[in-house]
Amino acid sequence: VGDPPNAPSPAQRRGRRLRLRKTMLRRGVLQRAAAQLGGVRAPRAALSTAAAVGSLSDEQTAVREMVRSFAENTIFPVAADHDKTHAFPWGIVEQLGELGLMGTCVPDDRGGAGLDAVSYAIAVEEISRGCASCGAIMSVHNSLYCDVVNAFGAQTTNHPDPASFFQTFLEPYARGAKVGCFGLSEPANGSDAAAASMTARRDGDDSWILNGTKAWTTNSIVASGAVVFATTDKALKHKGITCFVVDTSSPGFSFGAPEDKLGIKASTTANLILEDVRVPSTQILGREGEGFKIAMKALDAGRIGIAAQALGIAQASLDVAAKYAGDRTAFGKPIASLYAIQLKLSEMACRLEAARLLTWRAAAAKDAGEPYSKHAAMAKLCASEAATFCAHQAIQVLGGMGFVSDMPAERYYRDARITEIYEGTSEIMHLVVATNLLKEYAALDVALPAAPTVGKVGHDTATPGDEPSLRSAAVGGG
Amino acid sequence: PPSEFFRQKLFVMSKLRVLVGVKRVVDYAVRVRVAPDASGVDLSSVKMSMNPFCEIACEEAIKLKEAGVASEVVAVSVGPKQSVETLRSALAMGADRAVHVATELRLDQELQPLATARLLAEVAKREAPDLVILGKQAIDGDNATTGPMLAELLQWPHVTFASKVDVAADGASATIDRETDAGIDTVKVDLPCLVTADLRLNTPRYPKLPNIMKAKKKPLEALDAADLGVDLTVVNAVTSVKAPPPRPPGVTVANVDELLDKLKTEAKVLS
Repeated sequence: VGDPPNAPSPAQRRGRRLRLRKTMLRRGVLQRAAAQLGGVRAPRAALSTAAAVGSLSDEQTAVREMVRSFAENTIFPVAADHDKTHAFPWGIVEQLGELGLMGTCVPDDRGGAGLDAVSYAIAVEEISRGCASCGAIMSVHNSLYCDVVNAFGAQTTNHPDPASFFQTFLEPYARGAKVGCFGLSEPANGSDAAAASMTARRDGDDSWILNGTKAWTTNSIVASGAVVFATTDKALKHKGITCFVVDTSSPGFSFGAPEDKLGIKASTTANLILEDVRVPSTQILGREGEGFKIAMKALDAGRIGIAAQALGIAQASLDVAAKYAGDRTAFGKPIASLYAIQLKLSEMACRLEAARLLTWRAAAAKDAGEPYSKHAAMAKLCASEAATFCAHQAIQVLGGMGFVSDMPAERYYRDARITEIYEGTSEIMHLVVATNLLKEYAALDVALPAAPTVGKVGHDTATPGDEPSLRSAAVGGG
Repeated sequence: PPSEFFRQKLFVMSKLRVLVGVKRVVDYAVRVRVAPDASGVDLSSVKMSMNPFCEIACEEAIKLKEAGVASEVVAVSVGPKQSVETLRSALAMGADRAVHVATELRLDQELQPLATARLLAEVAKREAPDLVILGKQAIDGDNATTGPMLAELLQWPHVTFASKVDVAADGASATIDRETDAGIDTVKVDLPCLVTADLRLNTPRYPKLPNIMKAKKKPLEALDAADLGVDLTVVNAVTSVKAPPPRPPGVTVANVDELLDKLKTEAKVLS
């Protein structure tokens, strides 16, 4: 008779229903945003399926031809100088902007080129084949700034002016007029992204004050905009991190000294220092508390870009090694006729091709709106290891010439190394792959073949049906 | 005077229509080899792209459109179905429409300049352009004759080896610089006319990514060479193709006297 003593009141039940409805709606919005970050375009699914098995559509081939010839004519002559002078390659970045390569996946109504992820991977690979620094600049700017702002910008409830938000924080970046960066890592935490120590506290109704330091930020110093992650509610742990887009000319925002790196020397890497930086609430990406999820989604997409960068470095290493092996003679013949060299070239080619197909597979899954975290992690892992392998072997094939800066092999060796570290170390990639893999196995009852029932001690006199065996009832012991 | 006023008014209302010929050839960076049976250059699995001089011609047409001188740029190519890729590159650079004249004849041997010129003349009669721009020569045949032949078939003046093209404000004439061995030759020619592009006319642009995507949607008309009423019989048959003999290594001489001696006694080019 009546409700149990602790039953929720009608008002409470209504409140719960409303909250549940809001959560479901929010989940839908997030899924759509994730899909947007995943670049869902139904007509392109057919395109991307072809890419998944290694062949490209006409448009993708045209993109590859254009970017390759741009890289060969414009980047090849100056890449070594970039590396020597450590100067940020503004000339190249401007031209990338004109060609649409700085907003490759941003829709055209927001200033971008509106391409699919496979075309983007191809473009980053061809640019990186010319200069890995330019590839890093392009990849971080596209995947970690533009695509994040595009997918998650102006989503707070009752955002006053989404159009002007995108005009300010996306359109000039997609055109390549401004450069963006991504601040997630901090001096005290890299892989441990949930422990964000940069804080954001409310200031009035419509702004936040950010304090903290971000480390290892590519494109910093030249960046006009920064996507940063700050803890808004420490008690909620990783659900208390919020993502903001900050104008780097804001008072209190400064850059640390540029890092002196082993490779990708033309790309600027430095700390972002925020001291009481006021950020309007309109500049929250996603919603309060969704920062960690956004970071993970952004990094999934960014991994395809970094895998593509690694592919470019690996391809360039293979090119220099194969060409040199054809020209250099030893023992009266080109060294390419020696099996030892052929084995190296073959190993390089196999790993490169496998990594490329993995990268295209991940990009095609992203285009089709399928979950792609596992494949993106596999792609980045395999491509970065292929890059370091190919660069190492390229120096070996070139011998002494591989050790001097007259040939680009030594630069590829130094540039390749970072691909195993940033946007998720190889160890984290293994973790992501294994976690996803084990989830798949946990969800299925995977069939295993039966153990032998004959020839075992004590079994010759057994009658069929005596032994319990894994799913072998149909197989039958008799 | 009123006639001048009306002539200029007419020009403002009707800008030039430009027809550009583009050819699919072996990529300029490929090191070609002769097929083992000496039938011709080995084209199997060789990278093909737009003839470099055709790229320059296409770029010039698009620059005229951007300058407001031309209203429409139509690209035309004679060749197999893969020539459609070449036409898409032209569309990606900025051409508005494309026409493909399909033929299975080998472009570097069987389809010869006069036949090509006749086919292009048929297309020109349908398109009625005010200006035709071709590359000065294709890097497979290096004949450099299609342009002049086409002009003669159309009964138009032609200017070859153009290094600068300035169309007059009224669109009735153009001042064109030609690169010759004797120097730059500046000519004034009445439109309609045909121009062949030389290397220094311009630097072709890289097609922007959005334009590569838009190229797919631009109209491409397919015609068959056999339907255009042109005799495509091969007039000059290629009997065999040989690679040039390898150049012997050079010799370093110690001084000018030794050089003169060798030129007299070994090379026998001085008496």
